Amino acid sequence: MSTALKPKHQRLVLVILALVVLIGAALLAIWGLRGQASYFYVPSDIASDPPEPGRAVRLGGMVQQGSIQTLADGVTVAFVVGDGKATVPVRYTGITPDLFVEGSGVVADGRLDADGTFVADSLLAKHDENYMPRELEEMSEAQAKAVVAETTAQ
Amino acid sequence: MHGFANPARFLRLARWMTPLLLVTGLVLVAGSLAWGLFYAPADRLMGETVRILYIHVPSAWLGMGGWTTIAIASLVELVWRHPLATIAARAAAVPGAVFTAICLATGSIWGRPTWGTWWVWDGRLTSMLVLLFLYFAYLALANAAQKDGIGAGSRVTAIFGLVGAINVPIINRSVVWWNSLHQPASITMGKSAIDPAFLWPLLICALGFSLLFGGVVLARMRAILADFQAEARLRRRAQRELATGRAMSSVEGAAT
Repeated sequence: MSTALKPKHQRLVLVILALVVLIGAALLAIWGLRGQASYFYVPSDIASDPPEPGRAVRLGGMVQQGSIQTLADGVTVAFVVGDGKATVPVRYTGITPDLFVEGSGVVADGRLDADGTFVADSLLAKHDENYMPRELEEMSEAQAKAVVAETTAQ
Repeated sequence: MHGFANPARFLRLARWMTPLLLVTGLVLVAGSLAWGLFYAPADRLMGETVRILYIHVPSAWLGMGGWTTIAIASLVELVWRHPLATIAARAAAVPGAVFTAICLATGSIWGRPTWGTWWVWDGRLTSMLVLLFLYFAYLALANAAQKDGIGAGSRVTAIFGLVGAINVPIINRSVVWWNSLHQPASITMGKSAIDPAFLWPLLICALGFSLLFGGVVLARMRAILADFQAEARLRRRAQRELATGRAMSSVEGAAT
């Protein structure tokens, strides 16, 4: 063929080919990382594939409504973390973060004990994507519920 | 497009655009920060800590925007060999790195009271830190390549700028693909989970920081162009001196 590409177009084709290969490689890497790169397990992961008791794992999910109880010693809280499909009972001894309330997200480091309770060594509060002034809080209770339902449905 | 690639025309445009962008950006940032920091309400859960949003979020956007600029300019440099594209990519690197660093620092300060920790290695935080390291590597590479002007070394820098762009969509999607401590995006295509009381100062702040970013990039481009011109002039003079057979000592004599 006599219609040789202009150098400019040659370079364009080369760069596009290189980018396609690069994006393909990146997608493969991300596919390989799916699972491993997650920061925590959700309760349904624990339910479907329970880690052996005593192994350090990180659990994340929503604190179920009405589940927070302070035990008799006054510094231990027991609550239930759920993701809409499964729940895990959690026990934690220590000071809880300010944002630790029922219906909000939490990430706990710890291990399962023999009877299936998750014993947490540390507790982090997870902030969701909603930003709302204090004055509007009561007005949008229904909206907040809808958001919780939406997040827990995944 | 070719019209703007002409350095003389670019300089004429940049001469009045630079101060315009810088001053408008400064005014918008000052106004919206005053609004956000002193007049906007506190958040229902986070309280006053929410105010860090007005610096953190625009910084995050511009940190990623900086690398997007580098990637587009690198593509133009590699394919069309426009010298201005090379200069634009170099000029965007330092402000991009600064905004990324501000994003990481403010995020960490926000994380301590909100989450209860300064830092965790989740997908979003880690990929943002990788972006900062990519900026450092890019700046080192660009400095090393500067010696041969716009040549092979510069092309290596451009390839790095293009390859590094793969991190930008990863940062954006990290909170969707992997469970992370960082919350998912609040503002997505036409929808916002941020109350208008916070959203308006945030958007104006983001616009102001973007204008500042543009102004800094233009100012740096002008500086780099001036550097190139000065260097080329010196080189021409040195060649002329050699051609007329005068010794280097007479050049020094004339200079004093």
